[in-house]
Amino acid sequence: MRIGVYVCHCGGNISEVVDVKKVAAFAEKQPDVVLVRDHEHMCSEVGQKLVIDDIKEHKLDKVVIAACSPQFQGSTFKATLEKAGLSPYVLEMSNIREQCAWPHFDFPEEATEKAKELTSIAIAKARLDEPLTKKTFPIGKRVLIIGGGIAGIQASLDLGDAGFDVYLVEKNPSIGGKMLQLSRTFPTEDCAACILSPKMADVPANPNIHLFTYSEIEDIKGYLGNFEVTVKKKPTYVDPAKCTCCDDCVDVCPVAVPNELDEGLSTRKAIYLASPIAVPHSYVLDDKACLGIFPLACGKCQEVCDPGAINFDVYPEEIKFTVDTIIVATGYDIFDATQKKVYGFGRYENVITALDMERMIVYASEGNPMRPMGKRIAFIQCVGSRDEQVGNEYCSRICCMYATKLSQLLKRSDPTRDIYVFYTDLRAYGKGFEEYYKRAQGDGVKFIRGRPAELIEDSQTNEITLRVEDTLTRNIIEAEFNLVVLSVGLRPNRGTEKIADFLRLAKSPDGFLQEAHPKFRPVDTLTDGVFVAGTVQGPKDIPDTVAQASAASSRAIRLMNRGEYDVDPVMAFVHTYVCDGCGLCIEQCPTNAISLTSRDENSDKSLYPKVAKINEALCKGCGSCIASCPKYALDLHCYTNEQMLAQIKAALADKKDGEVRILVFADDMACYRLADNVGTAKMSYSLDSRIIRVPSGSRISPKLMLQAFSLGADGILLGESEEKSSPYPNSIATIKSNISKVKDILEKEKINGNRVRFVQFVTVMLSGFVNNINSLSDFVRKLGPIPSEGLKRLDKDIDKRLFGESHDK
Amino acid sequence: MINKIVITSENVDFLNKISELSDQIITRCDQCGVCSGSCPMIADMDITPSQMMRMVQLGRQEVMESKAMWICASCFACTVRCPRGLDLSRVAEALRQVKLRQAIDYIDINNISDDEIERLPQIAMVSAGRKFTG
Repeated sequence: MRIGVYVCHCGGNISEVVDVKKVAAFAEKQPDVVLVRDHEHMCSEVGQKLVIDDIKEHKLDKVVIAACSPQFQGSTFKATLEKAGLSPYVLEMSNIREQCAWPHFDFPEEATEKAKELTSIAIAKARLDEPLTKKTFPIGKRVLIIGGGIAGIQASLDLGDAGFDVYLVEKNPSIGGKMLQLSRTFPTEDCAACILSPKMADVPANPNIHLFTYSEIEDIKGYLGNFEVTVKKKPTYVDPAKCTCCDDCVDVCPVAVPNELDEGLSTRKAIYLASPIAVPHSYVLDDKACLGIFPLACGKCQEVCDPGAINFDVYPEEIKFTVDTIIVATGYDIFDATQKKVYGFGRYENVITALDMERMIVYASEGNPMRPMGKRIAFIQCVGSRDEQVGNEYCSRICCMYATKLSQLLKRSDPTRDIYVFYTDLRAYGKGFEEYYKRAQGDGVKFIRGRPAELIEDSQTNEITLRVEDTLTRNIIEAEFNLVVLSVGLRPNRGTEKIADFLRLAKSPDGFLQEAHPKFRPVDTLTDGVFVAGTVQGPKDIPDTVAQASAASSRAIRLMNRGEYDVDPVMAFVHTYVCDGCGLCIEQCPTNAISLTSRDENSDKSLYPKVAKINEALCKGCGSCIASCPKYALDLHCYTNEQMLAQIKAALADKKDGEVRILVFADDMACYRLADNVGTAKMSYSLDSRIIRVPSGSRISPKLMLQAFSLGADGILLGESEEKSSPYPNSIATIKSNISKVKDILEKEKINGNRVRFVQFVTVMLSGFVNNINSLSDFVRKLGPIPSEGLKRLDKDIDKRLFGESHDK
Repeated sequence: MINKIVITSENVDFLNKISELSDQIITRCDQCGVCSGSCPMIADMDITPSQMMRMVQLGRQEVMESKAMWICASCFACTVRCPRGLDLSRVAEALRQVKLRQAIDYIDINNISDDEIERLPQIAMVSAGRKFTG
């Protein structure tokens, strides 16, 4: 083994505090180190060339660079190693700028000592580094889009046009989603059906899109590049190729049921066209409403069908296919206004939802009004939104503007109408929204600030009396209206539940699907290869939905376009010779990446027939499985048990009498970056701390923690990102459970359990980091050293205490 | 005449006191007015319940001079409808507590007329008397 160590001056940033020469001299004495250099600027062209030349000339196989944070120049040096023909994974960086020179600038001697130790930790890890390469997996160009609303349509067209194989699955007989029901769209007042129908027509016209309407997802299994999808297609009993849409069947059908398109305000027949602009444009026989097909009870429609398009002898079809990525665009349901009892929806005939009003306006504008509306109309905002009484804290974002739209459409079509909008806050945040609100005000729509308390129906006239405080004048208003429109909010579509289960998608507290990161990965989910688009992720208007659908398509293309994708080799692996196939790890894995398989009898002889296997396409490399294995058969590339232990030993090796050492296991996402930020801000913290970088604190098993104590650590801090920004699902729960095990064992040996701490950080909590480190340092200093008898007992029987006696049997 | 309100840190102290006594996060009130519209006693009040909340938010101690907090019958109509889940009855109760703790004595036993003694319930006399013992 030939390790080269480079110590950087960083143009004085490091060398003005840390004695670089001393660090270099220290490194020279370390075993396996064959070359040590110090340089003004390691990251410069000259510095990088130095490394490349040395690797070739001195046949270095490991490189340690003591310089800035690996978060800062790590990728630069990895590329340098690749240029020299080495694996980028044999690079280790000792962070002597952000962790020594900067935070400890007032203590140059101590900072130099710490720099030596950090370098020796890096060397210890480098010694065990494996020359890994990036994993590359093949991927096809097939994508499943769930939901044929405007989000699903947009995503399908984007991907279909880009040449990808699109499977679009919609549960209704026609695509189009909720937008099919709208009158006009705010703030431009385009007719919704007019702008939607050409887009809908583009879907079947696109040769790359396989459209499945009247179909539901039955099952999805697998992972990125290999999702196995089962779709159940309900029979429509009408052959779209033969159907001429002559409407003769509808005339003879004796069954009338509420029409979903009109929110039940009108009726449709059992055989019907889902919408005048339905795509596919063909009739559907609703077998639940039909008088009977098995045995045939009526059959009139078949008798009158000239082209013979109706066939009763058809059955649900099960269709199976495999896709590489998935876009979930299952949309929303409107809030069920009957839940809001004080508004009497469902009991009072003159209280309707805004979606009812959309339909009524569509019919009225065609000169075919559904029902009289009267002259006095009130809109009530925030029904089912921003209301803890119904359990919805969130704002539905679109109701302010659709009420503004509906109110002025009504006012303009009949200026003698009195239209009132009762609101709590009017949010006109989008492009052209404020101007649109102003236009409504100018048209004479009256906006009154106050949330109506209750509606009372006059039993004679069915007029509605509305009671509200005008909160701007502090008067109580009691007014009669002919019609009250509830501006109902959005809630997650019921169908999403099932899909979320199949794909293990998390929900945010509002019940909508959770994106992978609220700022930088807004359409990704934590399940690789699964994206969200539209209102399934949260309430949004049409432009936002379309933008998100295009974003999701582009993210899917990013994965599929090259035909293969790269993954960091930081993944769990199994020491197969130790694994006894107990399967305890399977439950622990948050991405279901572990399974039990039979051993290959020829190459892998063992007493145990089964062995754990990691699916590398699913493993995210958090390492939380490691703690669950009683045999320590599981391990993590780049952060192996041996490497972790070597780093811990190196961190504690130079501990002198009277000194204390706190090991900080800092997760990559938050805590390690935070420590860098603290350093950059030149904020000082306890010199007792040694930061060791891990992908997630859940990688640190209880055994490692106990070993650290018996090797001389006085305190341990696990710093982890908050649950919502963590790339690893369920890591927090694993850490908590690991820590409580460690605490129990420590307490039994009369060692203070608070020597182990767990803190969730965000990268800007600079003083929080400093305070936590300092308080743990003060705490363990006050406690004094750990009594040695307890320590000795700790060393023995660790496994028995963690997993019980019985596991071996 | 339009009143000018001066807001100082004393106002915040008052808000904090009422918040603590009522165990309600009063600053969460978004002034939608559902409480006022729901209140069966509103006709007898000088300020609306939502106005009472606003005055407490701004720490305006004059709120304790209002009649509204005494008229509140703790029927909880506002509480069950508040979209922010606030309990206004508890806020009114907290205001009453603060007012009562000032122990302002309106009754001088010596000056109660015979006629009033005749009509006053005994317990009222006892409680009026007890104020002097604390």
